[in-house]
This record gives sequence, structure tokens and C-alpha cells, in this order.
Amino acid sequence: MTGSSKLSILAAALMLSTFGSTSLARAAPNEQFFPLATYRVGAYASSGIPVWAGMIDYLRYINEVEGGVNGVKFVWQECESEWTAEKGIECYERFKKGLDGAPVAIYHPNGAPAAYALSDKAAADRIPLITLGYGRTEATDGSVFPHNFPVMLTFYSEASVFINYVAQQEGGFDKLKGKKIATVYHDSAYGRETQGPLDLLAKKYGFENIQIPVADPGNEQSAQWRQVRQAKPDWVFLRTWGVSTPVAIKTAARFGFPANRIVGDIWASSNEDVLPAGDAGKGYLALTPYPGGAEFEIHKRIKQHILDKGKSDLKDPKSFGSVYYNSGLINAAIAVEAIRAGQKKFGNRPLTGDEGRWGLENLNVDDARLKQIGFHGLMQPLKLSCNDHEGGGAAKVQQWDGAKWNLVTDWVHADRKTLRPLIDAKSAAYAKEKGITPRDCSKES
Amino acid sequence: MNQLVHRLPKPFDNAPLEIVPHRVPWGLSGLAVFAFFAVPWLGSDYWLNAILIPFLVLSLAGLGLNLLTGYAGQTSVGAAGFMAVGAFATYGLLLRVPGLPLPVALIGGGLIAAAVGWVFGIPSARIKGFYLMVTTLAAQFFLEWVFTKFPWFYNNASSGTISAPRLELLGVDLSSPVGRYLLTLVTVALLTWVAVNLVRSQIGRNWMAIRDMDTAAAVIGIRVERDKRRAFAVSSFYLGIAGALWAFAYLGTASAGSFDINRSFQILFIIIIGGMGSIAGNFIGAAFISLLPIVLSYAGQALLGGSVDAGQIQNLQKMIFGTLIIWFLVKEPDGLVRLIASLREKLAVWPLRF
Repeated sequence: MTGSSKLSILAAALMLSTFGSTSLARAAPNEQFFPLATYRVGAYASSGIPVWAGMIDYLRYINEVEGGVNGVKFVWQECESEWTAEKGIECYERFKKGLDGAPVAIYHPNGAPAAYALSDKAAADRIPLITLGYGRTEATDGSVFPHNFPVMLTFYSEASVFINYVAQQEGGFDKLKGKKIATVYHDSAYGRETQGPLDLLAKKYGFENIQIPVADPGNEQSAQWRQVRQAKPDWVFLRTWGVSTPVAIKTAARFGFPANRIVGDIWASSNEDVLPAGDAGKGYLALTPYPGGAEFEIHKRIKQHILDKGKSDLKDPKSFGSVYYNSGLINAAIAVEAIRAGQKKFGNRPLTGDEGRWGLENLNVDDARLKQIGFHGLMQPLKLSCNDHEGGGAAKVQQWDGAKWNLVTDWVHADRKTLRPLIDAKSAAYAKEKGITPRDCSKES
Repeated sequence: MNQLVHRLPKPFDNAPLEIVPHRVPWGLSGLAVFAFFAVPWLGSDYWLNAILIPFLVLSLAGLGLNLLTGYAGQTSVGAAGFMAVGAFATYGLLLRVPGLPLPVALIGGGLIAAAVGWVFGIPSARIKGFYLMVTTLAAQFFLEWVFTKFPWFYNNASSGTISAPRLELLGVDLSSPVGRYLLTLVTVALLTWVAVNLVRSQIGRNWMAIRDMDTAAAVIGIRVERDKRRAFAVSSFYLGIAGALWAFAYLGTASAGSFDINRSFQILFIIIIGGMGSIAGNFIGAAFISLLPIVLSYAGQALLGGSVDAGQIQNLQKMIFGTLIIWFLVKEPDGLVRLIASLREKLAVWPLRF
């Protein structure tokens, strides 16, 4: 019976520790809870870990150097979501009531499955979700999706930014006529999302739109790149992710397609995507709303106050300024600025979800403000409203030189006016399906 | 010709009317009363949304797979594929047939899943064991592919996801956590009751005979192929309804990715850990698989949160979880349900063991 008694001791210890002891992060009355649904294990952990470091370092910087947001400090706790919907829901339910009295103003689902699953739940609980670079594109229409914020760059805008970049390179939109533009995409919901906008843009500018799917996981792509070689496209838009990105770059090199004619999308734009491709990745282009680099003003501040004092969450100092670390900084900064905006209306105190939503919808981070907070050049100006939950719609194009990313353009803006009817049609279909009456944005203050 | 008269022994007047004495299942009834009446009052959103609903749905999915694997002996790793059929079919019915009541849509989704399961059960007439497992693996990948490839299934949504259109019954809105919990509980309770009776019926006995030795089953006159296909259909019906509940009562949304091969394995682990060929085992296994990681996560947060690197805490939890699974299976290969039963037997004679 030793086995059972050992087990019962273990079980008792687990029970005790669950209900008995207290959390280390105990919130004071004047604190804002910043829930962190992270993924530190599983297939995507390697890209996640620098993101959480960026978020935590920025929150630490705000707390310790700036004394919080108007005196309201942040308190945070992690929950492992494993990039899945069900763990993501568990984390959200665990966190939505706040932490020891510190309320939740803004929630980052951190992962597409969780973002979709939480969309309705967050609307019922009136907690806004920030999904930077993923999530429902049609949630741009805040009248139907009041609590979803696909800020900065949706997949539609991403497609448009790519076409606008190509037009820049070719010397104008009129030069696009007759050009061949291929999209090599991960055959999933994420990969298919740009088909609609590219179709529309192909009709508008008269280029030939070639779509080539790569089945998941995409670690063998000879067939696809043979197809590319036969089609002889002028440009390739690479919308892969995970292992399929380095494989695509390597296979393209094998088939003699030049890397500097391939533009990776937001999820194919990190250091981790190109490093495994080795020399084949030299010259590879990628568009991103959060470019890599550690020379921005905010990096100097964080290095001085957090990194050099050994307070950083970063385990590998080489990741400082990597694409994913910077995405963590920007994600946290948007939330912090939204809370600041909300405090202007509701007073300098911790905000609730509803007040956080108001803050997001009235967020206006212009160039002057970006300079103040040290994000100039790293983050695009962002102005959200009830009608527009995306805001920016711009990305920079960066090029890999074999060791690091170099920016080759300034912000390239998407042609959001052309795409908006597509988004409105999708959100109207969603509203009809769910029986939602869109709110009147002209009455929102 | 001699007239051979078959004579049965005369019934004794005092013969027991029931072979197994009928006992009132007080414990189970108490649990049901608690689950139906106390839990909706006591449970917080967290308990309902994050713990009880997924636990119940996973139990139902385990039940579905257990009918096929534990009772009929046909190994399948395509459980999640059939769940996906149920989810997408229910969604399609609710979307495209106006005014269809929710229970009808659920049953319709289950029936469509059953039809698909029947089709994928056809190879079971010719192949067995690991080879059959490979065909169910093919079903898994094929179904996942279908629900990504054809936008018609998800109403051409740009993101490829489906979401619960309307959860209402007789004008009562079921979209609140309590509503979704009760919907799940009623469905699971009804289907469990059906399953308990099914495995005691002729069909269930046929399945068990096939599981134990299909040649012998054929010899005694069981139509093995038909019953195997039936097992596939019934199992898929259960899985389909579980899939629809997973998508609409639990997640609120789903895509083909919600029903990937990992989900199939999760359900297979539920029945292996809970106990093959047992109804209660599914519930125990689902509790183990879905609740233990949450307990470990709280324990990790409370014991080590802040002092140890967060990534290492997560990895440590995974290790403890895996070790516990191995430990349980070494201790009792027949699953937790057997472990509990033998524990009960031991306790009944404690401390006077013979």
C-alpha cells in the first residue's frame, strides 16, 4: 500500500497548495490587472516566449520608472494557454473577474483559436480583446463587434500593403497590369483569408492572381515551387507559418526563385522564420507592423532601467529587439495607452472592461505621442474609433541580410477604402447570422 | 420417429424474479439531483464554462468512442473527425433550415455524423486491428481537410470558423453559462442512459461477442459485419453530438482545427485511462484528462509562481501529468474505473483480509 499512501500525500499536497497558499502577486486597491494568457510550452513556445518578455518588460518599465499610469500600477499573472481554444477559455474565465480586486480592462487572447472562442464570451462580459495581426478581419467594424480590436493590421490590409509595396517597386499602380503575382499560402483558414482582397485588387489593377496552397505542416514543398517556376511570377507573397516558412525559402532557392522577390507576411517575418533557412534567406523580404531592431528609443530606456538591472523577463539577451520581443512591447503599449485614454474620461483609477473598451475606441496615438513614449518608428500612429477597430493599416518591409533584419521602407499604407466594402459585407453577414443589431456609431461619444 | 420432447425444468415457485437484485442507485440519483439543481445555483461562470461543460462534453465523446473501441473492439483514431461532422452538420442545419428547434438540429447533426461513420465503418468488414486504425486515421485527415477546403461548410466566413447561431429552446435563451451547462447536462444524461441500455441489449451483447472473438461470434450467428458497421454509426452519432456541444455549448465557435488529431488522441486517452468497456470509465477518464492539468496549474502558480521561471513551471506540470498517467496505467492497465472498483473491494473487507 505504499504506492497509494504516496499518492494520497501527493494529492493532499496538491489540494493544499491549490487552495491554501496565496498568490505572490497580491493586488493593492489602486492596481490594474493585466492578465497574461501565455504559451510557454507546445509547438509555438519558441515564438511566444520573447513576446511575453516584451510585454512584461514594458509593464515593469511603466510600473518602476513611470510609476504606473497616472499612479495606477499594473499587476499581472500568467496562465498557460498552450495556443489552444480550450485552455484559452480556461485562462479567460480564471482572469475575467480580476485579481484580488484589481479589475481587467483589456484582454489579450494571444492565439487565434482562443480569440475566436472568446469573441462572444468577451462581448457578454464586456471585456475588450486586442488581437494584433490576427483574429477576425470583419471585427474592424466595431458597430457589429464592439469588443474585438484587430488593431493595426488585419489580413486584408496585409494583402493590400503587399500589393502597394509591389507597385512601389514596379514604379506605380499602372505597371501592375499584366504582372503575375503568386501567393503561396498555408492551406488553413489563416492562409485563405487573403484570397478575397487579392481577388478584388487583381481586378482593380489587372495583375494575374495565382494562388498556390501548401498543405499543413508544409515541410515538403517541391511541388508548389515547381508550380511557381512554371508560372514565372514577378512576385511571390509567402503566407506560411511555422516550419513551412523556412522550408519555402529553402525550396525557392533550390528552384532558383530569387529570395528578394518573395515577401513574407506578418507570420513569416521573424528571426525564427529565416534563421533555419541559412544562406537561402539572404535578401528575403517580409512585411511587419512590428519591425525588428533594438535601436528605438524605447529599447534604450528598457535597456537602461530593466535589462541592465537584471529585471528583464528575457532569458536569452539576444532576443532583445527581435521581431517577437518588439511585438510584445507594442501589444503592451497599446493596452497602456488605451487605459491612459480611458482614464481621461473616467478618472485616474483602475478601469473596468467597459471603460477599457471606451479607452480603446478613443485611442489616438499620433507621432508626437509616439515620440514621447519612445515608440517612434517602431509603432505606427494608431487612431481607433467605434467604426474602425483596426486603426493603422500599415506595415514596414524589412529585408534579411543573413544576420539581422534591415528596414527597406517606411510605413507602407494599405488601401483600406477599397477593402472596406468587403469587410462591411462580412460583418453584415455575421450580424445577420447571429441576430445582432449593429450599434449606431454616430451616437457613441 | 421418436418424438423428442424438449422439457424445461419446471419453474420453482420461489425462483427469484430478477437474476440480479434490483437496487435503487441512491448515489447516482443524488449526484443527478446535485448536478441538475445545486450546481446551477452554486457554480460560478468559471466552474461552468471552464470546468464542468468541457468535462461533460469530453465524457460524452469518450462514451461514443468507448462504444466502438471498448465494446465492439474496433480501434479508432478518427473520433475528432466525426465530432467535426456533428458540429458542422448541426451548424449547417441551424443556419440553412429556418425555425429548426435546437434538439432537432443536434439530433440531425448526430444522424449525419452517424451516416458518415457508417461509411467509414465499411472497411471494418475486411480489415482489423492496426489496419483498421489506419483507415480511421485517414477519415480523421480527410474530414479535417473537407471542412477547410469547402467554404460552404462554414458559410464562406473569411476565417473558416463557425459560431453558434442561436441557442434557444421553446423561446428560452440558452446562451448563458447556466443555460449551456443544462443543455449539455441533459444531453449527456439522456445519451448515457441510452448507452447503458444499449450495451445491455442484444446489440451491445453482439458487440462484446465480436470484441472478444469475431470468428466465434460469427459461428453463433451474429452478423459480424453489420454489427461492426452499426457500432461505427452509433459511435459516430454520439461523437457527432459531442462535437456539436463542444463547438456551441463550450467553445462558442469552432473550425476544422478544433477537431484535429490531438483531439482524437485526447479522447482515446480518456477511454484508455478511464477504462475500456465501461460507461463510468468515460466520466472518470474525462475528469482525469481535463481537470488534473488545471489542478496542477493552480498548484504550480500557488507554490512556485513568481519565484521560478514561468516556462519551467509549465514544463514541470506537463512532466507530473505524464508521470501520473504512466503510474496509473502501470498500477492498473484496465483503467481508473478498475482501480476504483478494486479499492472499493479492498475497503469492504478492511481490515480483515482473507
